[in-house]
Amino acid sequence: MSVATNTGEKGISGPEPVTPVTLRKQRTLLQDAVRRFFQNRLAVLGLIIVVFFLSLAIFADILAPFPYDKADFTAVRVLPMVNPAYPLGTDEIGRDYLSRLIYGARTSMTVGITIQFFALLIGVPLGGLAGYMGGKVDFAVSRLIDIMTAFPGLIFAILVISLFGGGMWKVIFALSITSWIGIARLTRAQILSLREKEYIEAARCLGVTQRGIIFRHLIPNSLSPLLVAVSFGIPAAIFGEAGLSFLGIGINDPIASWGKMVGISGAYVRVSWHMALFPTLAIALAMLGFSFVGDGLRDALDPKLTR
Amino acid sequence: MTRYILGRVVSLFFVIIAVSMVTFSMMHAVPGGPFDEDKQPLPPAAKANIMRKYGLDQPVWKQYVLYMSNAARFDFGIPYQRPTSTVAELIKDTWGITAQVGLVTILLAFGLGIPLGIIAAYNQNSWIDTIVTFMSMLGFIMPSFVLGTLAILLFGVYLGWLPLGGWGDTGCLIDRYFCADWIMPVVAYALAPLAIIARYTRSSVIDYLNSDFVRTARAKGLGERTVMVRHVLRNALIPMVTVMGPIIPDLMTGSIFIESIFRIPGLGKYFVTSTFNRDYPMVMATVLLIALLWGLVYLATDVIYTRLDPRVRLGAQEGQ
Repeated sequence: MSVATNTGEKGISGPEPVTPVTLRKQRTLLQDAVRRFFQNRLAVLGLIIVVFFLSLAIFADILAPFPYDKADFTAVRVLPMVNPAYPLGTDEIGRDYLSRLIYGARTSMTVGITIQFFALLIGVPLGGLAGYMGGKVDFAVSRLIDIMTAFPGLIFAILVISLFGGGMWKVIFALSITSWIGIARLTRAQILSLREKEYIEAARCLGVTQRGIIFRHLIPNSLSPLLVAVSFGIPAAIFGEAGLSFLGIGINDPIASWGKMVGISGAYVRVSWHMALFPTLAIALAMLGFSFVGDGLRDALDPKLTR
Repeated sequence: MTRYILGRVVSLFFVIIAVSMVTFSMMHAVPGGPFDEDKQPLPPAAKANIMRKYGLDQPVWKQYVLYMSNAARFDFGIPYQRPTSTVAELIKDTWGITAQVGLVTILLAFGLGIPLGIIAAYNQNSWIDTIVTFMSMLGFIMPSFVLGTLAILLFGVYLGWLPLGGWGDTGCLIDRYFCADWIMPVVAYALAPLAIIARYTRSSVIDYLNSDFVRTARAKGLGERTVMVRHVLRNALIPMVTVMGPIIPDLMTGSIFIESIFRIPGLGKYFVTSTFNRDYPMVMATVLLIALLWGLVYLATDVIYTRLDPRVRLGAQEGQ
């Protein structure tokens, strides 16, 4: 597959004088995708934003000037650029806003990535099983998907949290319950269409075992749409966490969460504008970054798309 | 056709039963209840009385059967948080406001999204197209509460043009309608569906602009107006029905975030308090309402779509 697409493509070899095709370096599908991804300016911008937030999350302990829960009751709701110790001001109980924002990145990234991990862990086996086995298994899984789709995801998450309480892991649990549905549906559709492909039939004729077909052919070929789905799933999960925390039912104090910071700021918005502005911008930027990366991946991983 | 619709209605019925069972068992699976010590401190005798009154002393399956058979007769019980009225009345009050927000938002999203999409498609790669594409990307990505907060900061706090919250309280054109406090929530809420509609309209119109029959229409000397209205738009707007499908129930059931940011006393805000107060009848009724609305709108979308586009056959979808 990779060889065929390489020779067929124009644009990729760039404007240099045409050399015989046989001399061109062989590229795999993956190398092709990476190349295409980095040629996409928005995707690279998105990647920079994502890497920025990921490093904030990982190195929060080093980067943040204060611990996320250190309150200074002598400096409550300080505006930015007023007190040099707090360049972005402080919150309603005098915690450094810059530090809270940095630790908020850690919360968002952890929640976003963990939820997608669980979504894959549940969705891929379920969807794959439904698509591959068909029959009763497919019927059962499809009906389960139907029922879960009838619940708007946020309403279900609110219901779960109202019963089990808030906190990081409960939020992850509540959002994971609904996040696997899309992945399962996608995997099922992928496997269903791949199952009928000629090369699978050929492999079967050659005597490849069922296991071999699943692991060597079906899974690798469904990877790229799944990767795209995950890259869009992460911002969705970040949004879910921010939304729940915004409503005051997500992450518990004193853990920093952008959504919670926006939610609390509502009461002080007339005077302490910074409390609303900075976390909102952080959420917006993170969503933007992940969405650009998702768009870039989708375009880069589609071998039929030549530009 | 009739058979197909009947089949869909039956499966919708089962989905709603399943949804109600999941909700009901989830609410009852966790220890505690609406009249716990921490929520409403009561003497044990009074608590036992209340539990009996609301049937909470019965086994869970009995409560479920009782609730569902009452619900089938449109009796959704009495909300624990406001025992003087019925759930139906409470939903009517709160949903009335949510539906108002939703309706205005739908009008704005479609009224602006479709023309913008058409203009962008017709002037492909011009500056108008770039602006529309950029705006729809933003609307696509930004959560409504982010947009709402930024709007409050800019127009409410910094410029001071618009009220910070409420619904139908300040600056109304007609008594409690078309008010200044409608502007920000509706715009913040409409941007995401507007983005979807504009984007979809644009690509659909571009597809038809490049089609053979449009070239033929131009070749035989039809005016640009006629070509656009009779040939391009007529075809391009049919698929919009499938886009409207998910948008309408979504907007009609409201956004918890928009209602929370702009302090609108709608259904979404009530739903959150209801779940936390373990107001079983209220939660059940809301979930049933939303599931039913979604199911019916999806069904209606599919049926209308086949009516408008004779090339689509409903039966074919079953094989997927």
